[in-house]
Amino acid sequence: MVKIIERLGHRVVFHDDLNCCGQPAFNSGCWKESRLVAERVLTRLRGVEAVVIGSGSCGAMLKKFYPELFAGTPLAEVAKELSPKVWEFSDFLVNRLGVTDLCASFSGRATFHDGCHGLRELGIKSAPRELLRCVRGLELVEMKDNEVCCGFGGTFAAKFPAISTAMGENKCAQAVDTGAEFIVSNDSSCLMHLQGLLDRQGRKMKTVHLAEVLAGQ
Amino acid sequence: MSTAVEEFHSSANRVTRDAQLRAFLQRTLLKYQETRGRQQAAFQDWPSARQAAAEAKWEAVNHLDHYLVQFEENLLQRGTKVHWARHGAEAREIILGLLRDHNARTVIKSKSMATEEIHLNDALAQAGFEVVESDLGEYICQLKEEPPYHLVFPAMHLSREQISELFHDKLGSERTSNPEELTLIARRVLRQKYVQADAGITGANFAVAETGMISITENEGNARLTAALPKIMITLVGIEKVLPRLDDLALLLPMLATAGTGQPLTCYNSQYAGPRQPGECDGPEEYHVILLDNHRTALLADAEQRDALHCIRCGACLNICPIFRNVGGHTYGTTYGGPIGSVITPHFRGLQDWKHLSSASSLCGACSETCPVKINIHHHLLHNRRNGQQEKAIWVEQLGFRFFTFVANSPALWQFFMELGRFFEPLLKRVRKTRLDPLRPWTRTREFPPLADQTFKEWWRQRQ
Repeated sequence: MVKIIERLGHRVVFHDDLNCCGQPAFNSGCWKESRLVAERVLTRLRGVEAVVIGSGSCGAMLKKFYPELFAGTPLAEVAKELSPKVWEFSDFLVNRLGVTDLCASFSGRATFHDGCHGLRELGIKSAPRELLRCVRGLELVEMKDNEVCCGFGGTFAAKFPAISTAMGENKCAQAVDTGAEFIVSNDSSCLMHLQGLLDRQGRKMKTVHLAEVLAGQ
Repeated sequence: MSTAVEEFHSSANRVTRDAQLRAFLQRTLLKYQETRGRQQAAFQDWPSARQAAAEAKWEAVNHLDHYLVQFEENLLQRGTKVHWARHGAEAREIILGLLRDHNARTVIKSKSMATEEIHLNDALAQAGFEVVESDLGEYICQLKEEPPYHLVFPAMHLSREQISELFHDKLGSERTSNPEELTLIARRVLRQKYVQADAGITGANFAVAETGMISITENEGNARLTAALPKIMITLVGIEKVLPRLDDLALLLPMLATAGTGQPLTCYNSQYAGPRQPGECDGPEEYHVILLDNHRTALLADAEQRDALHCIRCGACLNICPIFRNVGGHTYGTTYGGPIGSVITPHFRGLQDWKHLSSASSLCGACSETCPVKINIHHHLLHNRRNGQQEKAIWVEQLGFRFFTFVANSPALWQFFMELGRFFEPLLKRVRKTRLDPLRPWTRTREFPPLADQTFKEWWRQRQ
């Protein structure tokens, strides 16, 4: 991501003391604990021009859930100010910078998996596909039922492993059916889940983050 | 752990291991999704229709005090008797009292989730009444002594062969896998029951305040017979079913059919406004409407989740839900299953006992997206999770997150645990697939990714 954004002529700043957006605690109902992590993120990112996140899920947390998490607290306004500056990576490239062709090349057949937060909380569906279609050597094929959740769901995957696995197996089967060698996504957490399942099944299919494909030269 | 949680887990484990049942559920619900998609496309502007439907329900729910009184006044004018039931027990008492007053012995019922909610059938059977469900799916469930599997398709989990076997056992019919023949077997039994029944009990899909009418949506004509043949008709309706205007039905009837079954309209949509009027040749001699609260006003008081009362019980969120598709309807252990059930059951039956349903979601949001009345279903699951923790925290989880927060806010500690992870990684690999593995919930079915040789932060620092 850094390499791509810099190549497009922008300066990237990274706060290396930020570790987490607080979503795991938020999704588990521990909003107080979530705020303790999120406060730091909010204050550090104050005043930046744009926040670019390589995950639709963390992006949704900052953009959509921070205003709710901080409603009625002294940081409510700060959360609201930050929200419009938050961009998921593919959305940022296509809809903020107006770039679709990054002159990338990547050889193979790939299918794109939409992370649910990116898809439904942020409404991102076409941007990653537009970017992938411009990649030389990459053949993009769609899965059946491509809007169905892969079953990761954060702590859900550990709290309800049987359901999470069943959902993941359905998703893997759909991906395998396309004959693709790669599953590409803008959410690493979905990919970790799917790769874990694929490896356990002994399949050769690999999962790759969108940025890795776009950085391929 | 309470029993409801244990039962949920054990049932979920059982169903997720049953590849055949899962494939059957996926296939059936996918077929529904395709039909629904086609029907939804017949709307010139589905998003606007959704918005208008949500606004009609919003108007009704946010002015229940006004519309319920108007509904009652209009019903009274045409000679209907109106009863208000604060909770299930009160509703059951009212119904039992009415049946006793009229020396009724047999009761025919059309499909009603509200009666399921108050466990009416059990109460009637215990009091010595004969009750027969007339909706085919509900009738099958009744014979099988099972609760309905799905809000709209009560017997969707059963194959024709299973139904044939059930009919053979309980009704002594010949075995057949022909759906028409199966329907005829049930029809022969049910026709007799309509004629014999002393009372008919129905639910209601909508209650129109402006005209004092209840509206029933169905496909089999069984609700019409239930309402028309017996001398007494009783309707149990949740107070949130009220709609301001008759005109609202023009939108909500097709919305319900489209979202629920993928039909343009269901085969029958009937409105009932009172008992037989002077000069009329049919209809019940007495008509009673029971308005059921049963925790709905408490949900109304919760401004954040009030829109859950918009629900028209179309079942669309169940059909689209990837959790439902993998665990099935009975796993929820509730009257209202699926995403909307996970939202409202904690309100109806206690947050602490039922909050696990809100956690059993990947929060994918497909439910909210498909809901025809725009209920923010998956966000309400988040709200239930928060309320559950606030009311009575699961201390292990809370402590875990406090610790995580502490580490995440300290770059030095974060780095320390990263190194620790690297140090222990080979050891963790050795205990993998054994009970000693702390990552077992994950690693039982999935591989755990290896830690990167260089973290992003290390790469960044090196570059600076």
